Amino acid sequence: MEIVNSNCASLSNYEVLEHLQKVKDCRPKHKGQLATITYETLRYLENTPCKDQTEESIKECIKELAPFKLHKTELLIMINSPPVTPLEIQFIVEESEERLTEDQVQEILSIISKHFPHVQKTPQNEDEQSE
Amino acid sequence: MFILAEMKNVTRIPPELFHLKLNDAIAGELNKKLANKVVLNVGLCIALHDIVSLQESYIFPGDGASHTRVTFRYIVFRPFIEEIIVGKIRSCSQEGVHATLGFFDDILIPPSALQHPSRFDETEQAWVWEYDTGDGNKHDLFMDAGETIRFRVTAETFNDTCPAGPTLKENQDNPENKVSYSLLGSINEPGLGLLSWWDS
Repeated sequence: MEIVNSNCASLSNYEVLEHLQKVKDCRPKHKGQLATITYETLRYLENTPCKDQTEESIKECIKELAPFKLHKTELLIMINSPPVTPLEIQFIVEESEERLTEDQVQEILSIISKHFPHVQKTPQNEDEQSE
Repeated sequence: MFILAEMKNVTRIPPELFHLKLNDAIAGELNKKLANKVVLNVGLCIALHDIVSLQESYIFPGDGASHTRVTFRYIVFRPFIEEIIVGKIRSCSQEGVHATLGFFDDILIPPSALQHPSRFDETEQAWVWEYDTGDGNKHDLFMDAGETIRFRVTAETFNDTCPAGPTLKENQDNPENKVSYSLLGSINEPGLGLLSWWDS
C-alpha cells in the first residue's frame, strides 16, 4: 500500500456522521472491524452538536463568519463544537484578545446561536443527567 | 478531528467475490483491510470515503483472483495539534488522566498539563484540582471516570508495531504493549477540563 497524500482534506464531524450513517444503513450489513468502528464512532458523534446540523446551516454560518478572518482550523473547531460563551471563543481563537474586540466576540456568538440554535440546550441536558 | 487520506493499493479480489460489482468488491476488501486499523503516520482509519480511480485488473498464473490497482480516499481520525476535543475520562492514574472518545482510547493528559495545583488522590484514584476560591480556601474538584472532559491536543505519537524478529524480541520487554497511535492532551487553560466546572 502506498500513501499518496496523508491529509488531502479536513472533514467536519457532520460530514463524517452523514457518511457513516450511509455505511451503517447499507445492505447487506457490514461485519467485523468496519461494523465495530462505525458503531463506536457514530455513538460518539451522535452525542456531539453535529447531529442537529445541516449542510445549509454550516455553509451559511461559515459565510457569515468570514469577515472575522478566522483560521480554517479555528472555524473547524467552531463548527464541530460551537462555542456558547466568550470564554470558549478565547481558547478556540489564538490570541483572541488582540484579534477580536468584545463586540466581535458577541457577534460571533450570536451568529453561531442563530445557525445552531440547539447547542445552547446541550450543556444543560448533560447537567440534568449528571445530577 | 477527521481527515481524508488518499492512498493507492493493489487489491486482490478472490473468485468468490466475482459476482459483485468490481467497485463494491474493492470497497469491501479495502474496508476489511483498513477499518479500525492505525496506518503509521496517517492515523486511525474509520471507513472508505470514495474510490478515486481504478486501473485495469490483472490475473496472474496460478491464482484465480484478479488484482486491481486502485486509488481511494479513506476517512481517518487524526486530530490536528492544538485542536479542542470533547471526550470522557476513562480512568486516572499516577501518569495522569486517561481520556477516551469511545472509538479511540489512547489519550493521556499528563500531570504537568492539568490545572494548577492538582494532586492525585490515592483513595479515590482520581486527580483533584485544588481550586483556589480566592479567600484563602481551597475547593477540591474531582476528575472522576465517566465525566465529560474538554481538552486540547498537544502532541501525537506513532509507533511501528510490526512484529519484531526473534533477536529483537529478547531485548524488548513487552512489545505487545506498544500503542501504535497515541495522543497527549492538556487542560491547563481557562475553559478546559470538565464541562461542569465552567457551566456557571
